[in-house]
Amino acid sequence: MQKFIASVASRLVIAVPYFWLLIFFLIPFIIVFKISLSEVAMSIPPYAPAFDLSAGWQGLKDSFGQFSWDNYIWLVEDPLYYKAYLSSLLIAAVSTVLTLIVGYPIAYGMARAPATIRPTLLMLVILPFWTSFLIRVYAWIGILKPEGLLNQFLMWAHVIDTPLNILNTNTAIFIGIVYSYLPFLILPIYSALEKMDYSLVEAAEDLGCPPILAFWKITFRLSMPGVIAGCFLVFIPAVGEFVIPDLLGGSQTLMIGKTLWSEFFSNRDWPVSSAVAVVLLLLLIVPIVLFQRAEARAQESEK
Amino acid sequence: MGIKSVLLTATLTLGLASSAWAQERVVNIYNWSDYIDDSILTDFTKETGIKVVYDTFDSNEILETKLLAGGTGYDVVVPTASFLQRQIAAGVFQKLDKSKLPNLSNMWDVISERIQKYDPGNEYSVDYMWGTTGLGYNVDKAKAILGTDEKPTWDVLFKPELAAKFKDCGIHILDSASDVLPSALAYLGLNPDSHDPDELAKAGALLETIRPYVRKFHSSEYINGLANGDICLALGYSGDIFQARDRAAEAKAGVTVDYSIPPQGAQMWFDVMAIPADAPHVAEAHEFINYMMKPEVIAKASNFTFYANGNKASQQFINKDVLDDPAIYPTPEVLAKLFTVAPYDTKVQRVVTRLWTKVVTGQ
Repeated sequence: MQKFIASVASRLVIAVPYFWLLIFFLIPFIIVFKISLSEVAMSIPPYAPAFDLSAGWQGLKDSFGQFSWDNYIWLVEDPLYYKAYLSSLLIAAVSTVLTLIVGYPIAYGMARAPATIRPTLLMLVILPFWTSFLIRVYAWIGILKPEGLLNQFLMWAHVIDTPLNILNTNTAIFIGIVYSYLPFLILPIYSALEKMDYSLVEAAEDLGCPPILAFWKITFRLSMPGVIAGCFLVFIPAVGEFVIPDLLGGSQTLMIGKTLWSEFFSNRDWPVSSAVAVVLLLLLIVPIVLFQRAEARAQESEK
Repeated sequence: MGIKSVLLTATLTLGLASSAWAQERVVNIYNWSDYIDDSILTDFTKETGIKVVYDTFDSNEILETKLLAGGTGYDVVVPTASFLQRQIAAGVFQKLDKSKLPNLSNMWDVISERIQKYDPGNEYSVDYMWGTTGLGYNVDKAKAILGTDEKPTWDVLFKPELAAKFKDCGIHILDSASDVLPSALAYLGLNPDSHDPDELAKAGALLETIRPYVRKFHSSEYINGLANGDICLALGYSGDIFQARDRAAEAKAGVTVDYSIPPQGAQMWFDVMAIPADAPHVAEAHEFINYMMKPEVIAKASNFTFYANGNKASQQFINKDVLDDPAIYPTPEVLAKLFTVAPYDTKVQRVVTRLWTKVVTGQ
């Protein structure tokens, strides 16, 4: 009997996160997917057919009959969309690599710092979150603009003669993304490195392994779970990023977040923007699932 | 006093409070940010006893999305008339009860007639403010480049050889096809209200010739840009540019901004007050709109916003520097050249969006 209760209890505990996902992820997704199959209409809400529960089962069946894949066909036919997807993926990928290059040494330094000052260092990484994200991105405008702080400093130091044109270019977007998402990358890597047993590195060095190789073969390998988690935490939101390219990027930057925004707000085309969102989600979820499968298989084979 | 009696007292007080709540008259307003003198709202409450809940937005798109989603709870909203038209078609608004709006007699027929293009018979809306889409510029830099004190015309923006001279000090253009393409059409001498894809393509081609000299297409950054001296030329809304002019003057950093209504013709816009179909306080909404049509009240609003209003009777109460500024209240000759533009239908809209993306991104 006790066993039975325990198993029910454990199932209940597992059910909570699933229930959470169902309510806050699956149901909204189904709604968005449903809208993506409808047509634009001049009404409240601005698409047709809208589900009308008062019409009963027959009404529901009728509205199912009106669904069409037209919006997805539209996405495929117009090169604008795949160009926007590609450029978003590219910008996100470059930003993720840059964030890793900047973030890994910081995380490593933090993990190797004396235990007494680690909490302080951790605090310093989290500290920027106390100011609104929007204000921090705005601040970069002041730093990067032609008469901004950065150019003034470089000219004062005689590094350059004419101001660098950084604002309104992709460089500014990279800077913005790296800056904004850095903590999301540092924290998982830090937690992986902090738990690591450094006597392994010492052992390798004692056995004649050069420090750089020891770092690569032991430290980096052991921090991989943190690196992967951190990269996903940067890459996924960066693909759909809207605020940073809007404020720091130029008009020539085509990103899917901006395309979605203009379909939704400027064209009030909820169905097409929903289709854009669904495709974006698939684009991100498929590689993640494949990756996780590969990970699981690798772990299996290690056993 | 036991727990029970505490609870009982609490419920009683709550009950009393909520019945007092029910008696209190409220009107929920959703208007553009920075768009009213706050004392107007407190005066309104003093005079009528109606509490004002005031909320603001900063783009028509945001307002429209909320309205189309339904159930906003707002009683008075202030969309731009071109947006209002399709919102009426979508069934977002209710007809005004004109018997409750005696102050309609104060309105300016010139403006009301033009708004009829969007709202036939002025059945759904009353003008709050109106303005134009023209050129904001940095006075000193424009003078240095053009060598003249005269206000710039569309030539400065649409002639590639002139636009090129402004490239380094910076040009911004609104990121809004429906605000920019009509001006380009007007410059080309075509009908600014053209919905013909071929003519729209000509306007697009014109914009592509000056694209290399444009720093950014953005619908709000130019306010700060002009005020700080980061840019020197912007195609934007009159009111935004007056805001930039005032900010530049306050900052005293040696930047002077001014606004020009290009003589080739400029687009007019109207921000109008309307009542959503599902507004919870319809009577209060009418009282508010009627109050806003009092000459001295709307004059106070214009003195604050530096926009012209659609109220003829209010003009005697408007400050001289607002009323006599031809960039705010244009001369009759210029007024005759201002045009209005009907919104595109869904098919043309897709063509326009495509064309616009091509212009803006350069691909």
